[in-house]
Amino acid sequence: MVDVPLGPGTIIPAEIEDVELYHPKSWVTKYVFSQDAKVIAVQYAIVALSVGVVALVLSWLMRLQLGFPGVFSFIDANAYYQFITMHGMMMVVYVLTALFLGGFGNYLIPLMIGARDMVFPYVNMLSFWIYFLAVLVLVASFFAPGGPTGAGWTLYPPQAILSGTPGGQDWGIILMLVSLMIFIIGFTMGGLNYVVTVLQARTRGMTLMRMPLTVWGIFTASFMALLAFPALFVGCVMMLFDRALGTSFFVPSIVEMGQPLDRSGGSPLLFQHLFWFFGHPEVYIVALPAFGIVSDLISTHARRNIFGYRMMVWALLAIGALSFVVWAHHMYVSGMNPSFGFFFATTTLIIAIPTAIKVYNWILTLWRGDIHLTVPMLFALAFIITFVNGGLTGLFLGNVVVDVPLSDTMFVVAHFHMVMGVAPILVIFGAIYHWYPKVTGRMLNDTLGKLHFWVTFLGAYAIFFPMHYLGLMGVPRRYYEIGEMSFVPPSAHTLNAFITIVALVVGATQMVFVFNLIWSLRHGRVAGGNPWRATTLEWQTPETPPPHGNWGKEQPVVYRWAYDYNVPGAEQDFIPQNQPATNTLPLMGLAHA
Amino acid sequence: MAVALILVLVAIGSVAFHLFSPWWWTPIASNWRYIDTTIIITFWITGVVFVAVVVFMAYCVFRFRHRPGQQAIYEPENRRLEGWLTVVTAVGVAAMLAPGLFVWNQFITVPEDATDVEIVGQQWQWSFRLPGPDGKLGTSDARAIGPDNPLGINRDDSNSKDDIVIEGGELHLPIGKPVKALLRSVDVIHDFFLPELRTKMDMVPGQISYVWFTPTRTGTFDILCAELCGVGHFQMRGTVVVQEQSDYQAWLQEQTARKFARLAPTE
Repeated sequence: MVDVPLGPGTIIPAEIEDVELYHPKSWVTKYVFSQDAKVIAVQYAIVALSVGVVALVLSWLMRLQLGFPGVFSFIDANAYYQFITMHGMMMVVYVLTALFLGGFGNYLIPLMIGARDMVFPYVNMLSFWIYFLAVLVLVASFFAPGGPTGAGWTLYPPQAILSGTPGGQDWGIILMLVSLMIFIIGFTMGGLNYVVTVLQARTRGMTLMRMPLTVWGIFTASFMALLAFPALFVGCVMMLFDRALGTSFFVPSIVEMGQPLDRSGGSPLLFQHLFWFFGHPEVYIVALPAFGIVSDLISTHARRNIFGYRMMVWALLAIGALSFVVWAHHMYVSGMNPSFGFFFATTTLIIAIPTAIKVYNWILTLWRGDIHLTVPMLFALAFIITFVNGGLTGLFLGNVVVDVPLSDTMFVVAHFHMVMGVAPILVIFGAIYHWYPKVTGRMLNDTLGKLHFWVTFLGAYAIFFPMHYLGLMGVPRRYYEIGEMSFVPPSAHTLNAFITIVALVVGATQMVFVFNLIWSLRHGRVAGGNPWRATTLEWQTPETPPPHGNWGKEQPVVYRWAYDYNVPGAEQDFIPQNQPATNTLPLMGLAHA
Repeated sequence: MAVALILVLVAIGSVAFHLFSPWWWTPIASNWRYIDTTIIITFWITGVVFVAVVVFMAYCVFRFRHRPGQQAIYEPENRRLEGWLTVVTAVGVAAMLAPGLFVWNQFITVPEDATDVEIVGQQWQWSFRLPGPDGKLGTSDARAIGPDNPLGINRDDSNSKDDIVIEGGELHLPIGKPVKALLRSVDVIHDFFLPELRTKMDMVPGQISYVWFTPTRTGTFDILCAELCGVGHFQMRGTVVVQEQSDYQAWLQEQTARKFARLAPTE
């Protein structure tokens, strides 16, 4: 090992020996059963985006029913409930979780911390293929007798396993539970990899407090997922037993379609606690990688250091920790002991404070910046708006008594789509525009990107902002049709039709994005190694796209934090993390910290 | 330029939509006016924050957009500013949470003079049970459910003798009298949702939950199921008719007479 001269204040991090990587010998081991995190990342991304297209089509179908009830005869109530259930579960677990952690995590963690690969490349490969199997099982339920489950993505028993619900007494619910269990097994392999890689495989000089916030976000989210997913796993096992073996974990003495069932003693609320003990951290498992990525997008494209880096890291960790003690805010009106409301409302509103700090620091990073309105920057700005909007409506729902009229209405649908649907997806788009040049060596088309951006952002806002007011009026969610409600004026139907039309347009515009992804592979402008003039290590690779092993002969050595933009006295407006200090170029900012 | 303008328009459009759109909550028909007040407080605080953030962003985009010679400042952190923002946020959060918890305490504390009414959910209809002259509801058990006992009432419990069962989904209530709704389900989870009375609570099989309210306005109000309960969820409707005391008594007499007519051994 070479003794590298380290600048003042640098700390030698935990590190592992530079190990020999597995060398693929054939096309199959290079691109199919690959052990290269970057290939696995692209595999994750392609599968997750494909599932996303299916989920998008499902959302079109449900919107057609809501906007024009009765017009499309093939969408009966059974089908409608199957569509909403599959749309929700696909988006939350199989698209967003898989894309952020499996996709961005795999691509960015090793590159950003200067590692050659994940620490367990073989397990990493297994993780993807198990995820792929989970997707196959999930999709299989569309073709199973009775179709997929229509229990809602929350799968509340006992209805999820009874005959009054689509798929309840057929294959739908079984395949859903089995698919989730497979997903969790696959994710655990990936998640352990991400966490251990960040802790053990950082290159020399890459202290924890020099890591880009993207890595912090993905790392914290992976750690949380390792703690949260087991609760869902347990819930799935018990419900599978209830459904297949006749146990009574979640089933008390009840009747099914008028006939008493031979069950007793189970607790439907137990499942809800297990589900939300997973489900709430899950929101942040999706949000924290988005927080991290958007911080780096804003900093890079505003050519300014991220404001309050240390506060940003602590806020991430605080949100991660707090998110484990807020789960029952999904259950204020569930019939649990109502006194819980005091505790969970308080923790829920406290979590607003670190979240608000993150928002302040993003917008303060814009202050006195040099803002380049690139496509990734536009998506980052739109993320802030939709996230703030969705976060603020969370203050309504988290404040226990205000939740009473609003819970289970379209207000909730609008809220969580804005905050954990639209906002993270805008970050995903921004991130793809940002890192596509590194992955492929070519830029995405800018004009198509701007078209995609404006329609998606303004369209999604026009879909979900007005939807809150339907819920405020009292329109419940998960209604196949509103039908006759004395308090709903006819204009509400007009609004529903409007939302549907916008949803169709926004959905169709995503085809522009898909076209751009494919077209630019061959015809995009050649990017070069560092087209955004960014500081982080992934842009400093000797080759673009980076080959297996990332760094050629020598791993990079890190001398500074990730945000040295527009350093006074520097000759360029950015200083890469692996650039040593010289006499004229003092180590600035947190390098001293 | 254009980007900054559009961001401002998003903020203005949102506020304008809030103020001028025809979609707003229904006029309240219960004592839970405090809930509405807390929502208004929350709208003010969150609305101000939203507009401030978006306008600030728009200003930054306009003022600090890239032009030749534009240089960003180098300021990694500012402890004072960060501290102030944290404190101000905490105060804003407390201003919303305090009234929320205060009202929640009222929401879960049932007044002594409240009348018990049982609400029973089953796929996909509503039934009700009034305690009768003794003011007490008899116990129930899902295992006792049968064709002649659709709600599973425990016939051995003397309190159940005078209970009045109402099927058909229409419940009458007297105005101005607090009601404690005891919520029960015989099959899956349902939710007793009265949008105009700002009342909502899940009904969970195997347990009895409750919610209380005082109707303050006569009229007919929708009961909706607000927890996905299977394929007929959206059709699970009922009504609450709030009446003046005299009208209510007349309805109650009719129900009682019907009960005894049914019990009379004519067959």
